Order: sequence, then structure tokens, then C-alpha cells
Amino acid sequence: MPLVKKTAEGVELIPTAWTRLAEGDALPDSGAVLVPLSLWLEQRDTLRQRAEPVGVWLASNTDTAFAAWGEALAGDLLGLPVVAIDFPVFGDGRGYSIAALLRQRHGYRGELRAIGNVLVDQVSAMVRVGFDGFEVAEGTRLELLEQAWSRFPAVYQTATDGRETIWQRRAAFAAAKGTGA
Amino acid sequence: MYRYDEFDHAVVAARVDEFSSQVARRLSGELTEEQFRPLRLMNGVYLQLHAYMLRVAIPYGQLSSRQLRMLAHIARTYDKGYGHFTTRQNIQYNWPQLCDIPAALADLASVEMHAIQTSGNCIRNTTSDPFAGVAADEVTDPRPWAEIIRQWSTIHPEFTYLPRKFKIAISAGEEDRAAVAFHDIGIRIVRNDAGEIGFKVLVGGGMGRTPRVGRVITEFLNPTELLGYLESILRVYNLHGRRDNKYKARIKILVDALGIDEFRRQVEVEWAHLRGSEVEVPASEIERIHSYFVPRELPARPEAPAEFLAARQQNAAFARWVDANIINHRVPGYAGVTITLKPAGGIPGDVTADEMDAIADLADRFGFSELRATKDQNLVLPSVAQEDLLPLWQELVSLSLAEGNHGLINDMITCPGLDYCALANARSIPLAQEISTRFADLERQANIGPLTLNISGCINACGHHHVANIGILGVDKHGDEAYQLVIGGDARDSAAVAQISGPGYSQEKIVDAVETTVNTYLAQRTGAEETFIETFRRIGLAPFKEALNAAR
Ligand code: SF4
Repeated sequence: MPLVKKTAEGVELIPTAWTRLAEGDALPDSGAVLVPLSLWLEQRDTLRQRAEPVGVWLASNTDTAFAAWGEALAGDLLGLPVVAIDFPVFGDGRGYSIAALLRQRHGYRGELRAIGNVLVDQVSAMVRVGFDGFEVAEGTRLELLEQAWSRFPAVYQTATDGRETIWQRRAAFAAAKGTGA
Repeated sequence: MYRYDEFDHAVVAARVDEFSSQVARRLSGELTEEQFRPLRLMNGVYLQLHAYMLRVAIPYGQLSSRQLRMLAHIARTYDKGYGHFTTRQNIQYNWPQLCDIPAALADLASVEMHAIQTSGNCIRNTTSDPFAGVAADEVTDPRPWAEIIRQWSTIHPEFTYLPRKFKIAISAGEEDRAAVAFHDIGIRIVRNDAGEIGFKVLVGGGMGRTPRVGRVITEFLNPTELLGYLESILRVYNLHGRRDNKYKARIKILVDALGIDEFRRQVEVEWAHLRGSEVEVPASEIERIHSYFVPRELPARPEAPAEFLAARQQNAAFARWVDANIINHRVPGYAGVTITLKPAGGIPGDVTADEMDAIADLADRFGFSELRATKDQNLVLPSVAQEDLLPLWQELVSLSLAEGNHGLINDMITCPGLDYCALANARSIPLAQEISTRFADLERQANIGPLTLNISGCINACGHHHVANIGILGVDKHGDEAYQLVIGGDARDSAAVAQISGPGYSQEKIVDAVETTVNTYLAQRTGAEETFIETFRRIGLAPFKEALNAAR
């Protein structure tokens, strides 16, 4: 499935072919791999030796484990080029909270990729909680993605994307008025 | 009332745009029904038994006459000329065409209305006391906080794909007129000993197949810390709520499983990070939103004017209407008026477009153009001069909307049931019509006194049967429509879930069973001042069961 990345300019196709390993899959000899968290925990020293990029993917039910490994692996995590969060079905919204926690609480700065069942209509919310990479369905029209993340000219909530909120804009306006500026 | 600024308009307009393009992609086949489903749901479009249904939010029940006229226009232009007010301060249209819905939403946006998040597994329309801002018994006006919650929950990026729907209610009256204990989050505004205002927060209340009274998660929350606290609750729920079984996915089940103390602990772990962070609403914004709800300067009008008192003495129907449908206003000389949408033999909550226009005219003439929609499927004129009550009532009589039955047995709450709903086991509406015909005599209703009777067509409990003094639940009995009778529920602060009275009833027998229940109460009460629920609490279920079984 095509991989896309949100950039300052718009949308960019990611040419790298990433192999996503399921639980229990053997590690291929070469190529970029997304490994399940369990494999990373077991073999991270070997994985760090690989010439080609390695990322970790998290299942949507990582939640409880997350608290446990989040602290211990914070250093590890921050160094990964890609952390992916799986959406087994598009209605499983746990990934939105996991993403927000990874970015806001743990300060992850690498690519945060939504994988699995990702719909174009979800990317505007995904961008807000901190995703910037997306595995989208074959044949997805890229202009729809661009439309989706520029859809809302104003937002109410503070989120990972750091957009100035409606409330902040109003407050700034009120302050400017208050000082006679 | 709150008015949109450019930003509020921009958000709603963008949402209409977005949904219009999604509808176009669905109609062209680019989106499958499965992919389209969650998108249409979070825009209020439901697929019912025979057609699509559009559910429009009336945020915390607040409505202007201009908006009500637009609701009439929608009914006339895109539907069959009527709408149905629901128990969640929404209005539903039962027959729109999918291709017309974007146009209907654009019309609604022109009067600052929308259908955003009126369905789907997201934070739904926030509900409140229909008498907010005018009731004599309130601590403070809850509407500014309801509006803050509306804005915060609108298109919330993290909480749009929750395990299940999520309902928040807030009220501030001494009497809770918003049934907050039966919401995923219920907020009661209270005053502490130091005279400060704060929020008592309940979590995990709800109806459905597992009725629960909300459990207290905090006794007193500082209002400026509201959003950090709500985000913490929602995040714990989003991560840990069950997603494997939709009947076990509501937050009440998570609270049951963890216990309220463990649930509170997990919320507080989150809260340690979010409390007082930039997720909170800025102080200037709290002030700005409050400024829209500053009490209106009402012109001085006489208190208990002579003509009003005389009419009340001389005209029994008017007197009954005043007794049942009027509440005290914070300003002397004024009253809050309920227009019940429950004529005997009618469909609870249904209003035609012409009636909506006529009611909007009355709001302009007598009520400062202000209206409210209530969880009891009625409309309210929150501020009417006592002097104007008689002429208002006369106008309502000519519209056949002057039934003085608010809070009485015929003021029923009824879900759409098998006439519209794909999930129903049984019809609700025809049963409500039959019961209200049986009890049509207003003197009899007044004699029975305060009593709530609610009907749901299935265990999803949209008709709130669990919290009714007398509740009726549609069940499936070997493929036949049947009804179970439950007794003793209460939606107020003295919240209680109704108890099953015994085996179910056929369609032919259920109305008699209701009558037997009512007669048992009448025979057992200590006097006219003892209400149905008080008698029930005193004598328990057994005498009712006995009488019902004897009458079988
Ligand atoms: S209670 Fe059941 S029948 Fe009634 S509207 Fe809800 S889902 Fe439909």
C-alpha cells in the first residue's frame, strides 16, 4: 500500500519499501523493516546493527504495556526513525491517544506513521494528534489527503500539532484590544 | 444566548463542505457504505428502517425563534412537513434524501445550527436544564459551561473514534432537570462552604441494557480546570474502554470493571499531566462566553396580576395548565412556560412545520424570541410575563397545544420504536397514543399527580424507560411484539433504576397493566400530596406486583 508523508509543502510519496513484520515473523536479511514491539524488546541490539532503517510498530492495544515500556525505552524510542501505530479497523480510536502520548509526553520527534486501516477522511484528525506518515489504500487520490488536512481553517482544541486554537486567537485579540493596541 | 463569531462559523462551514464532499464520494461509489457509515453518523445521518434520518443538535436545548423557523423550513423543504424532538435536545427528521442533506446542513449553518456529532462513537450534543438561566433555584447559569464543552468537544481530534457514544450533561438547579446521573459524564454545579462555585462530577451513568447511576468521581472541581479533567477521563476511556463488544463498550462498564476508586486513580495519573495545561480554556474566553449569557434586563411587570388570578379562579382548564406547565422565574412577575408536545392521542415530541412557525411567533410575541427544547420532548418559553400567560394560553388552545399535562402521566417520553427504528422489538408510538387516549381526562391526570411514564422499543432505552416511575420496554416474544412493565425509576437527584414488575404483556394487555399500576398507587397513597414515587418508596414493589398478577 502506498506510503505518504505530510510535509510543509503538502504530500510526498515515500518510495522506501517497508516490510512490516507480524508477531513471530523472521527478520529478512535486508530492507527497511517495521518490527513489532516484542521483537524490538528481544533483539534491539541486533536490530540497531542493521544498515537499513528499522522502525517499531505498536498494536492498538499497546495501551497498558505502554505505561510500562514508555519510561524504560524513552531513550530508545526517541532515536527511532519511524514509530508506526496500527489501526486494525478504522473505528479503533486508541491510536489517536497513543500518538498524542508519544508526542506530548515522551517527546518523540521522528516519523509517526498510521498503518493498517487508514481512511483519507481520518487524516485531518490524525495530523492534529501528531501523525505525519500514512499508509493509505491503493488508488487513494493524493489531493484528497491535502484537502483533508487543510480542511479546517480553525480549531478549538490544543493538540500535538501546536496549531493556534480559536480560543488562543480570541484571547490574543482580547488582550490586544485591552491594551489599546 | 451565544452567538457564533467568525471562527465558529468557519468550523461549521468547513464541516458542511467536508460532509458534502463525502456524500458526493458515497453517491459516486468512491466510498463504500461501510466507510461512509461512521462519517455520516458523526454528521447526524442515521439509516433507519425505511429511510435516512437527520438528527440536528439543539446545543443544551437553546433555540431562538429564528432557528425554530429554520427547523420548520427544513421539515417543509427536505422532509414530510414535521420533525420529532428527542430526549437529548435534538430534533430528528425521518425522511430526508441523502442527496439533499448537504443543502439542509448549509441552511442550518446559516442560523448557527449543525448536526455535528449527534450520532456516532464520539462526544454527543451536551445537554442541560431547559430552565437554565431563568430558574429561581439555580446556583449559576450552566449554559456558558455547556457552550465551552460544546466548543471543546466539536471535532475533537483525539476523541472522535471512541469505543462508543459519549454523552455529557450539566445542570445547576437545586432540582436536577437534566438527569445528569444518567450520562457518561454528569456535571452538577454546586457551591462549597466558602461560597465558591465548582463542579461535582459523576461518571459512568447511563441507560441501555445495563442501567447505571453515575458514580461520583470528584465532589468539587475548580471550573477553570474542567477541560484538563474531561480530557483525562476521555483519554482513560479511549484507551481502556472495551471495543470487543458494543454492548460492553460504554464507560459505565469500564467503571464497573475497575471500580470507581481505581478508575479515579487512573484519571488522576493523566490529570497530573493535563491539569492546568494549555488544554484549559483561557480565562478571557471563559469571560467572553459568559458575557453572552448575562441575564436579560426584563421590563418590570406586575407580580400576580389581578386578571391572571381571576382567570385562574374562573377557568378550570387554564388553572390546570398554570398548575402543571409553569415554573417560578428568578424575576418576579415572570414565569417559565412548558409547551407540552403531548396532546391526547398524539405522537410525543412530533411537531409540524406550521406548528413550529406558530410557536416561533408566540416566542416573538410573548417570550423575547427565546425557546428551549427539553429532554422530556417538550418546548419551553423561558421568560413570559405573568400578565401574558392568559393570552399565550388562549393562542395555544387555538393551536391545540395547551394541554396542561406537564409532569403528569400523559407527558410521556417515547422513542421512535418499530415505526422507524431498525433495532426495535416493538412499537412505541402507537402504544403512547393508546395510553394517552386512555388517560385523556385532564382532571384524572391532575388527580394522579406527578408521574413519569416512558416507553422504549428495545433495551437500548432511548425512551428512558429505566428512569420512569412507570416504564415500558418493548421485547420480542417468539417473534411477537410484547412489553415489559418496570416500576419505580427516578431521573432526578434521588436517581433510581426501575424494577421489573413480572412477566411481559401483550399489546392488548399492557395498557390495562398501566392502569392497574396507577390504580394501585391511588388506593395506597396516604393522600393526594404523596406522589407515585413516594408511595412506591414507602410500600415497595410487592403490592404493585400483587395487583398486577391478580389482574392478569
Ligand atoms: S430504544 Fe430501541 S427501538 Fe427505541 S429508538 Fe432506541 S434503539 Fe430504537
